[in-house]
Amino acid sequence: MADFKVPELTGEIITPKVTLGATSGIKPFPANEELMGKVGFPAKKSADWKVKFLAKMGEILKKYKSVRVFLDICVRCGACTDKCHYYLSTGDPRNMPVYRQELMRSVYRKYFTTSGKLFGNLAAARELSDELLEEWITYFYQCSECRRCSVFCPYGIDTAEITMAAREILDSIGIGSKYNLAIINKAETIGNNLGMGGPALRNTLDFVEEEIQEKTGVDVKLPLDVEGADILLVTPSADFFAEPHIFSLEGYAKVFHQAGVSWTLSSHASEGGNFGMFIGNYDHMKTINGRIWKAARDLKVKRVIAGECGHAWRVLYSFSNTLHGPFDFLDPNYRVPQHICDYTLDLVKKGAIKLDKAANDDFSVTFHDSCNVARASRIGNEPGGQFTIPRELINAACNKFVDMAEETIGERTFCCGGGGGVLTDELIEVRVKGAMPRMQALKRVKDSNGVNFFALICAICKAQFTKIFPYYGIEMEEVGGIHQLVGNAIVLGAKEGV
Amino acid sequence: MWAISILKHQSDEIKKGAFMNGLSSVFNLLAYIAAAVFVLGFLNKVVLYFKTPSPLKIPTTPAPKTSMGVVVRLIPEVLFFRSLLKGGAAEKILWLGGWVFHVSFLLIILRHLRFFTYPVPGFVMSFQQIGIWAGLVFPLALLILIVRRFLNDRLVTITLFADYFVLGLIITIGLTGLLLKYFARTNLVDVKAFILGLLTLSPVQIPDSPMFLIHFSLVLILLVYFPFSKLMHAWGILISPTRAQVDNPQEVRHVTPWAQ
Repeated sequence: MADFKVPELTGEIITPKVTLGATSGIKPFPANEELMGKVGFPAKKSADWKVKFLAKMGEILKKYKSVRVFLDICVRCGACTDKCHYYLSTGDPRNMPVYRQELMRSVYRKYFTTSGKLFGNLAAARELSDELLEEWITYFYQCSECRRCSVFCPYGIDTAEITMAAREILDSIGIGSKYNLAIINKAETIGNNLGMGGPALRNTLDFVEEEIQEKTGVDVKLPLDVEGADILLVTPSADFFAEPHIFSLEGYAKVFHQAGVSWTLSSHASEGGNFGMFIGNYDHMKTINGRIWKAARDLKVKRVIAGECGHAWRVLYSFSNTLHGPFDFLDPNYRVPQHICDYTLDLVKKGAIKLDKAANDDFSVTFHDSCNVARASRIGNEPGGQFTIPRELINAACNKFVDMAEETIGERTFCCGGGGGVLTDELIEVRVKGAMPRMQALKRVKDSNGVNFFALICAICKAQFTKIFPYYGIEMEEVGGIHQLVGNAIVLGAKEGV
Repeated sequence: MWAISILKHQSDEIKKGAFMNGLSSVFNLLAYIAAAVFVLGFLNKVVLYFKTPSPLKIPTTPAPKTSMGVVVRLIPEVLFFRSLLKGGAAEKILWLGGWVFHVSFLLIILRHLRFFTYPVPGFVMSFQQIGIWAGLVFPLALLILIVRRFLNDRLVTITLFADYFVLGLIITIGLTGLLLKYFARTNLVDVKAFILGLLTLSPVQIPDSPMFLIHFSLVLILLVYFPFSKLMHAWGILISPTRAQVDNPQEVRHVTPWAQ
């Protein structure tokens, strides 16, 4: 199935020996000139690329405290070296966070520091060259921006910030990733990452309505572009067509139906995801995010709720207010936006919806904390709510739940291996290998507790795991969203006592 | 013959006196330059970091919801290197070496304050004994930090000349300090007069001790090196956006002029 060696599932995560260049040949496909132009970047690398490179880098150093401070203060203590899933699974030293950063730090020393200008090689300063550029393209697209390294760094140095800056610099000299830029273009022109237009979207929603009708006999609606609805649901577009994502969409619809609220999706903002963040481009991130708030205004909704998506939630929770706030046109009694898990759990606790746990008795469930939810955002009112709320909701929806090993969940969770703009086929080798630490932790609870349902609240994680589970000999059907479990368990129909 | 001998001796004394005067001028000047480079260089970085905006909220979560909470988050990071303790066995060794090194360095500096003060305040006196112990532990902690860089293939890969340089510099400062204390003893009254002379802007002659001059020179090199190196983590740990930001993006709109 694969022309590379898939890691063996032993349940153990063993730090490998350093193997120089182990993944040096794995690069993203470049965006062609037409695509580069469409998203506003130079069509291709020009003769004076070094000038543009340094100009963009200088600009970023002035605009981002994170990049400036992180480049200066790393002491190379090594605490991060065995924390990245890509290093743990490939042994390529450029996948050690500090050594990945060194690709940028060496350039920083050469052109932006006194010591580098004075002492050159002795100060580990590196000149720009085509060779260095190739390393940038390779290894800054082997980072999933998951921030696990920043948890263990004594100064909180976050490689994601460096990776985003690096991709922004590459884009600015005409070197872009086809996968990321194509998605950005679709999100900005059509409204979602899949490039699914309004009519196609309505068709899909009709299909989901029929499915629910067939399975439950209940007439659950999935409204689109309904002006005056109370709630706008913004969800990753994968929820509209891919399995298992679509089962979570059914789950959300059932929850809204049973709660008896008016809600709507938007064809204009039919995407929670925001690949502008992955490439570190503020303007694209702002543009894509802007569609959501324009839709919220146009549809005159009172609340915005976000579906199951990791990086979408980061942008919505952490950045939206900065990008397009203040949201004084929305109901101030609710979080703007609110996470669907927070919303649903609240309904369960209030007794507004009822979940029949027995409906999920076929499943023994574990939960994978997705990086952008775990380490870059919060759900609910309390720090750490991003860990407790999803688990509470799962426990409300099923009888058998077990957590994976403590050092692999919560803030120390392992990335799925496909996040941060690397979920593309040409990077399949690093994706499969990068999932290894998570797969080992899963293997252990499969052996001990017979886990057969891997619950997630991230569209990229879902897509990644359904793709790579088979490489490890696990059925892709074991991957699913929390709202898939909720959808199974929710008791539809007339409410007791109502 | 004896007359010639006396004359020669006198001439040597004069030569030496002239030499020491010249050397004193050089060292006094170097001390001021080093102090100025350190202070201005450090402040320059502080201002640079302060002026460089954070366009987005990027705390590594879970993060505190209030500024007070951030202080509470940072205290154990600064005092106990808390995040390092989240790691595995390698980080435990690093933690031990790093923490003992930093704490003993602090105690040694406190002990050294007796050279900078007259009369010596009581609190400085209270650090004298523990400062001696710290001086003995100091090179051992640094030895851990140096040796570990040779024993692990990941650390061998990432370690740069600068890392060995600064570890070597600091351990040499520690060892020359111990030599001054136990073997190449120098006249502490001269040392104190020299330091106080510098502080009061009325420089006097440097102590007549080669070992002291080596020790002192290395400290000056460290001061000059500090603001241009990774040693700025001393300030960075306090302002690193992933740790120092408040997790309240929904409650308070975070805005930066360029990102509008």
